[in-house]
Amino acid sequence: MSKRLKGLLTPVIAVLLGILVGTIIMLASGYDPVAAFSALWNGVFGDIYSFGEAVRQITPYILAGLAVAFAFRVGLFNIGVEGQFIVGWLAAVWVGVAFDLPRAIHLPLAILAAMIAGALWAFIPGLLKARFRVHEVIVTIMMNYVALHVTNYIIRNVLASKSGDKTDMIHESASLRSEWLQSLTDYSRLHWGIVIAIICCFIMWFLLERTTRGFELRAVGFNQHAAHYAGMSVNKNIILSMLISGAFAGLAGSMEGLGTFGYAAVKGGFTGVGFDGIAVALLGGNTALGVFLSAILFGVLKVGALNMPLEAGVPNELVDIIIALIVFFVASSYMIRALLDRLSKKEVK
Amino acid sequence: MDYVIEMLNIRKEFGGFVANDNITLQLKKGEIHALLGENGAGKSTLMNVLFGLYQPEQGEIRVKGQPVNITNPNIANDLGIGMVHQHFMLVDTFTVTENIILGREITSGGRIDIKKAEKEVRDISERYGLAVDPQAKISEITVGMQQRVEILKTLYRGAEILIFDEPTAVLTPQEIKELIQIMKTLIKEGKSIILITHKLKEIMEVADRCTVIRKGKGIGTVNVSETNPNELASLMVGREVVFKTEKKEAHPKQDVLEVNDLVVKDARGVTIVNGLNLSVKAGEIVGIAGIDGNGQSEFIEAITGLRKSESGSVKLNGKELINHTPRKITESGVGHIPQDRHKHGLVLNYPIGENIVLQNYYKKPYSKNGVLNFKEIYKQAKKIISEFDVRTPSEYTLARALSGGNQQKAIIGREVDRNPDLLIAAQPTRGLDVGAIEFIHKRLIEQRDNGKAVLLVSFELDEIMNVSDRIAVIYEGKIVAIVNPKETTEQELGLLMAGSNRKEAGEGTHV
Amino acid sequence: MSLMDILMIVVPSTLLWAAPLVFTALGGIFSERSGVVNIGLEGLMVIGAFSAIVFNITFVDTFGSLTPWISILVAMVAGAIFSLLHAVAAITFRADHTVSGVAINLLATGITLFLVKLIYGKGETGIISEGISKVDIPILKDIPIIGPIFFQNTYWTSFLAIIVAIIVWYVVFKTPFGLRLRSVGEHPMAADTMGINVTKMRYLGVILSGALGGIGGAVYAQSIANNFSHSTISGQGFMALAAMIFGKWHPLGALGAAIFFGFAQSISIIGSSLPFLKEIPSVYLLIAPYVLTILALTGFIGRADAPKSIGTHYIKGNR
Repeated sequence: MSKRLKGLLTPVIAVLLGILVGTIIMLASGYDPVAAFSALWNGVFGDIYSFGEAVRQITPYILAGLAVAFAFRVGLFNIGVEGQFIVGWLAAVWVGVAFDLPRAIHLPLAILAAMIAGALWAFIPGLLKARFRVHEVIVTIMMNYVALHVTNYIIRNVLASKSGDKTDMIHESASLRSEWLQSLTDYSRLHWGIVIAIICCFIMWFLLERTTRGFELRAVGFNQHAAHYAGMSVNKNIILSMLISGAFAGLAGSMEGLGTFGYAAVKGGFTGVGFDGIAVALLGGNTALGVFLSAILFGVLKVGALNMPLEAGVPNELVDIIIALIVFFVASSYMIRALLDRLSKKEVK
Repeated sequence: MDYVIEMLNIRKEFGGFVANDNITLQLKKGEIHALLGENGAGKSTLMNVLFGLYQPEQGEIRVKGQPVNITNPNIANDLGIGMVHQHFMLVDTFTVTENIILGREITSGGRIDIKKAEKEVRDISERYGLAVDPQAKISEITVGMQQRVEILKTLYRGAEILIFDEPTAVLTPQEIKELIQIMKTLIKEGKSIILITHKLKEIMEVADRCTVIRKGKGIGTVNVSETNPNELASLMVGREVVFKTEKKEAHPKQDVLEVNDLVVKDARGVTIVNGLNLSVKAGEIVGIAGIDGNGQSEFIEAITGLRKSESGSVKLNGKELINHTPRKITESGVGHIPQDRHKHGLVLNYPIGENIVLQNYYKKPYSKNGVLNFKEIYKQAKKIISEFDVRTPSEYTLARALSGGNQQKAIIGREVDRNPDLLIAAQPTRGLDVGAIEFIHKRLIEQRDNGKAVLLVSFELDEIMNVSDRIAVIYEGKIVAIVNPKETTEQELGLLMAGSNRKEAGEGTHV
Repeated sequence: MSLMDILMIVVPSTLLWAAPLVFTALGGIFSERSGVVNIGLEGLMVIGAFSAIVFNITFVDTFGSLTPWISILVAMVAGAIFSLLHAVAAITFRADHTVSGVAINLLATGITLFLVKLIYGKGETGIISEGISKVDIPILKDIPIIGPIFFQNTYWTSFLAIIVAIIVWYVVFKTPFGLRLRSVGEHPMAADTMGINVTKMRYLGVILSGALGGIGGAVYAQSIANNFSHSTISGQGFMALAAMIFGKWHPLGALGAAIFFGFAQSISIIGSSLPFLKEIPSVYLLIAPYVLTILALTGFIGRADAPKSIGTHYIKGNR
């Protein structure tokens, strides 16, 4: 079996295994898997409103997935996407609330603010990794919590509206929403962000595969020593990759702040988008196209899951379980590939 | 015959590759038995079988006449077999004592009795003349002491038979002398030793008998007193040892590389290049001969920008290059075939074609305004691949799929095609087959004939003597002698490399 | 408020919040010292909290006042079993340790909430009736000065945590098991040549981390939260991870770090009732543990070096 085919089959098998185990769990708990999966399906494709919501949900997943994937390609584990996402969200809303400018300026400005905020939040772990060789996993996890508490503090004390626990609504001129899209989808919260997200997929692909900068980034990800010897600045590239990764994450936050909600609220805990982004990137093999497809799968699962308690009486957490299992199976892909090897040898014989 | 160990007709395979093919080795009690062979001949594999890390496909092992089945190192230990590894198996953060007792701890009431353990370590250490500090941390002691800890590990477990795997590779000449003393003491105390090595001088000095392995097969066993280094060498390689590469006279011109008083520190902060002076002229090949660890690797890293220099001057065509970045240096006209091709020379997960432009991807025509031009890149790749005979299914094949020899040819093609004034080749033929070696030597000489300066660093004296026009011997971070290969012998070079001064070596002073 | 009054409030509160962190950080030490990164401590605490609360609610009539303690044992077993997933994935299936840890966290929250909804029909459990409550420790409470501060209005689990930390220190640094565990995390090949089973040691390390993480979660749930929902464990596992690192992978260091982080947590809750601390915005206290860990990792507070072979897969025959 060719390496390429193996590479494509492995994520598919991981998904199937995850669904299989999820089905077993449902059966063991006395639920009806068929009803559950049809509820899931209906939860997305049942009506145009649900479909709109699903597309909307996919948007931050794409961007969070790109963020994780981009860093991973350069050899870095950005677990801090959640924190960069939150600060990006706040930054976008802040600009959306604080200024009143024509839409052509206001919206891009708010988005830019989100990207800068996310990039800055990722800059610290990037710098520490490049200069002090500090492992980015722990630092980014810590930064997530700092982001959570600091943004909550800012919302409560600086930007609070009358209700104290969230900001005012952003001005219309900074919103990603559109009447047209909303009317198309029976007033779901679908917004233009999906277009931005798809464009970002292209940007990531082009940047990594077609430019000299991408050539350097990928080389650093594969072999820092050879990259150094080839004259590339390993430190610069590490920091740059975290900046770009953080920018994608911040951008994901702006999707929520400027599109889905229109405000930022105090959070009791993490949103989970950052961690789901890790799952998306992993399943997508850290490529732009893979992330896109994988984000679609996750968006569909998450939105569809909301219908499962209503239509089939199955807790929506089942989907979280399936997602976690998929991550497990993808991570253990060595085993899947070994299995595929053994199976294909049998066929040859 | 009083054999303590017999390995009879051992066959060991690794997925189709036969590492040991019907090898027989018999160790007498109280002897030092050398196991001689080139890199990759199968010596370490055979000893790992004896030590229980590998299981043979065929063959029998007997200890004191009894057939045994050694399935893991614990059983080997119980049978009295101990191994002193080439790459030390020591935990840096543990003390000497902790490393020695690991796995066979002395306990009292559930806790480790560290005082008792230290005493036992001291006792064994005194008995065999192996000076160590039981409480010192491994990270803080010398390489020589670390090796003594490795030896103590085996003695603590009651080893009667000790296997030494290339023990002198990392030692200074003084430490080697000490080790030879230790081995003799061990024999006096009734031990038997197998010494894996490819150093003929050591075998002649210390071994009683020697078994030669070549390409996985046992060639024979000789009494050391009845042989000589030349005979051993021929047995080892299977042909006449010294073969000359055809080359014309050299016509060196102006200085291309001038190094003056270069001082470089190694990873531990120790000064390893200690005021080095060297010049390489256009149209000549200068070979640096020296035992690994005398500063040659750090020297090369310093002049190619991979390592910081503390002081001194490195001039290329009169331009000062010291402590410049790797890119500045390569752009000034330096080509480098790095010592570790997988670490520094290639991005294994990139296609070989993209590796070929690793040094100039950022220049036209390979890229414009930051965007890569793959058409040009692969056009260049095809050219290099055919010119330098790189055997690959295509220019898109990943570098990691190519053989070592072809990877090296691609690197050489890349460097030579850039037309550097100075070409540095560090261990360029390490691990390659004879055909690739010949090809690479030809290319180096070709560069020299085209008026380039070539600096060659190699641990293989054969290579240095064949290819160089001048040989510079490096010892303890300095160039201690410069000799003409036509006017010297391996023996004299060996002595110079080991630190004897030139008068002892029988040569007048050269510059 | 006199200093005495302040201490009598702050000390027990600190120890209360620190105890779950101590247990979990100690678990992390076992895993990471054997060479397996364990980001999944958060998930293990979730499993522990869930198991303890559900067992407590279900069996409180059978066991009465012993229930919380038996629940802790149940949580210990549950955590150990759940951690096997991480062990199998990271050690046998050669998954990336960090990714496997992330999956553990996702799976733990998913499964526990799924089961809560399945069993109770709603998103959170009821409140337990037999939790771990304040006690005055007999005899010790009457020691002048120290007595009222340390031994009144405090919790047995706080002292249990300290005792366990000392035991773990002894095991890791004074016993053969500890020496072998550490060797596997620093230089698995050396350990292998000394006849130590690297795989077995790593499995044990991870299982112990599951057991202790489970205990940590159970202690938190029964002494602080008193029920289980999706927000019961929110960051304590990561804070324990931070305490482990800040304590340089040393049981007593982790104990100290956990107490310090517990202090920060408790102040952010009760600070408003204390004089000068009212002025400090709680956000500083909330982020203190995390910022300090970053500084520790960077070497500003002394280098924090992980076991050398951590995160690597030991594959025999790789010479």
